[in-house]
Amino acid sequence: MITSSLISERAAALVEEFELFDDWVDKYQHVIDLGKTLDPIDEAFRTDTFKIQGCQSQVWLQPCSENGLVFFKADSDAQITKGLIAILLRVLNYSVPAEIVRSDLSFLEQLQLKEHLSPTRKNGLNAMIRQIQLYAAAMEANAPLI
Amino acid sequence: MSTHLHSPSLRLEKVRGDFPALHQSVNGRPLVYLDNAATAQKPEAVIEAVSSYYRTDNSNVHRGVHTLSQRATDAFEAARANIARYIGASSPKEVIFTRGTTEAINLVAFCFGGTRFKKGDEVIVSEMEHHSNIVPWQMACERSGAVLRVIPVTDSGELQMEAFRALLSERTKLVAVTHISNSLGTINPVEEIISAAHEHGVPVLLDGAQALPHCSIDVTALDVDFYCFSSHKMFGPTGFGVLFGKEHWLEQLPPYQGGGDMIKVVDFAGTTYNDLPHKFEAGTPHIAGAIGLSAAMDYVSGVGFEFIANQEKDLLLYATGRLKAIDGLVIVGNAKHKAAVVSFNLGSAHPYDVGTILDKFGIGVRTGHHCTQPLMKRLGIPGTVRASFSFYNSRAEIDQLELAVRKAAAMLL
Repeated sequence: MITSSLISERAAALVEEFELFDDWVDKYQHVIDLGKTLDPIDEAFRTDTFKIQGCQSQVWLQPCSENGLVFFKADSDAQITKGLIAILLRVLNYSVPAEIVRSDLSFLEQLQLKEHLSPTRKNGLNAMIRQIQLYAAAMEANAPLI
Repeated sequence: MSTHLHSPSLRLEKVRGDFPALHQSVNGRPLVYLDNAATAQKPEAVIEAVSSYYRTDNSNVHRGVHTLSQRATDAFEAARANIARYIGASSPKEVIFTRGTTEAINLVAFCFGGTRFKKGDEVIVSEMEHHSNIVPWQMACERSGAVLRVIPVTDSGELQMEAFRALLSERTKLVAVTHISNSLGTINPVEEIISAAHEHGVPVLLDGAQALPHCSIDVTALDVDFYCFSSHKMFGPTGFGVLFGKEHWLEQLPPYQGGGDMIKVVDFAGTTYNDLPHKFEAGTPHIAGAIGLSAAMDYVSGVGFEFIANQEKDLLLYATGRLKAIDGLVIVGNAKHKAAVVSFNLGSAHPYDVGTILDKFGIGVRTGHHCTQPLMKRLGIPGTVRASFSFYNSRAEIDQLELAVRKAAAMLL
């Protein structure tokens, strides 16, 4: 990590946490368990407007802001996808928009979960990252979020 | 020695040796390839036929006067004759080369639908069709004002034949159904469908993409009007496929695409089209594809359908039994006549999660709606995990599958 922003600090902590696992089964179990810790989205947001179309799993993303910080609630019908979302949001949530827009997500490679981020993986995760950064960019420009 | 070669396990070992891609590790485990309904692996004989063509005979076909062009043309047309013989066509003229099943269906939808569908006419498809046997007909209906009628499917994944008969009428212009369901493995009663349609004077198109690798096909005995299939599911190269059409139909249809090879004389005053089968093959064809598919058919003939049928029947029974025993696992599609395909769901787990975990175990399956969204909607599920077998799969691989599915259940349920 180049900067010592909050985002990179959180990412470093997550990488350290994942170093505990030397077996992929345990690592994936941890991803799945992290998904279960996600705050549920407000039911009003479980609509097509807030759905991110992956090929196979569905993801809903609810943008929120508080005191100039941006955060997201999200859900997915697939547990591994949901766990990956939880990982992303743990790093990105409650940041100033500019930081999210320019965030370095290379920590995902260090978690060795990069395979899920290849553009051909049909899990909607790439689309979700793009959407998170679009929302943050809109906030940075003071445009309405919804 | 000869008695040994007749032992099924030795034959299986020998057959597996013919497929180089089967012998590798994935995620640190020996590959278990169970995505054969999506595409089959290629035997050495096919790889060799394709690479030998490029190494020694490569040239453009037809029209050329030089030796290589003649050799390529001979090999290409010999492939067509071999493919025609293999499927029981009465003449190579009835074998049109396409990019695959999808293009073959689109060709008929465009050429047949374009000239013969009128407002108020009806085209019958079924609820279990692959999108490639739905969308081309929807498009043809949009262009002509014809209407798409749909044969419903039972809970176990079979066609409702009474409903099919009731749909047939003087308005019906064509029936287009799949021979074997790609999602569920259901083998449809195609002889019955063809004879019922013919009683009404209605031609039938069969999507044979899933049938060719599993059973011997005789289009003449079937009396089918159009039969479409892909090379890559039949152990041949990708990007190549066949439309079989009865000669009298193909003669009546207008060309599909315009270009080189499909013409006799081009003049601004008017162009004369070429004879069958070239009328439907504009541009330089996939020469290596034809040669590769022909080699694949020779290879499958060598393995023999007796071995293939026995092996696949055993794999289907064994896999069904082993998977059924897993708590929470539900098999989707329980037709009486099934090809070696087991589609399933594991409790409330998303197929994507199951497929991801199986991949970590080196097991390749397909997950999702399998390009049959209307069927998934009918069955009330978002998708399935599909393990599809080929004659080169083994019981030991199914044991690996069972173990991995149990592990996935422990993680996800």
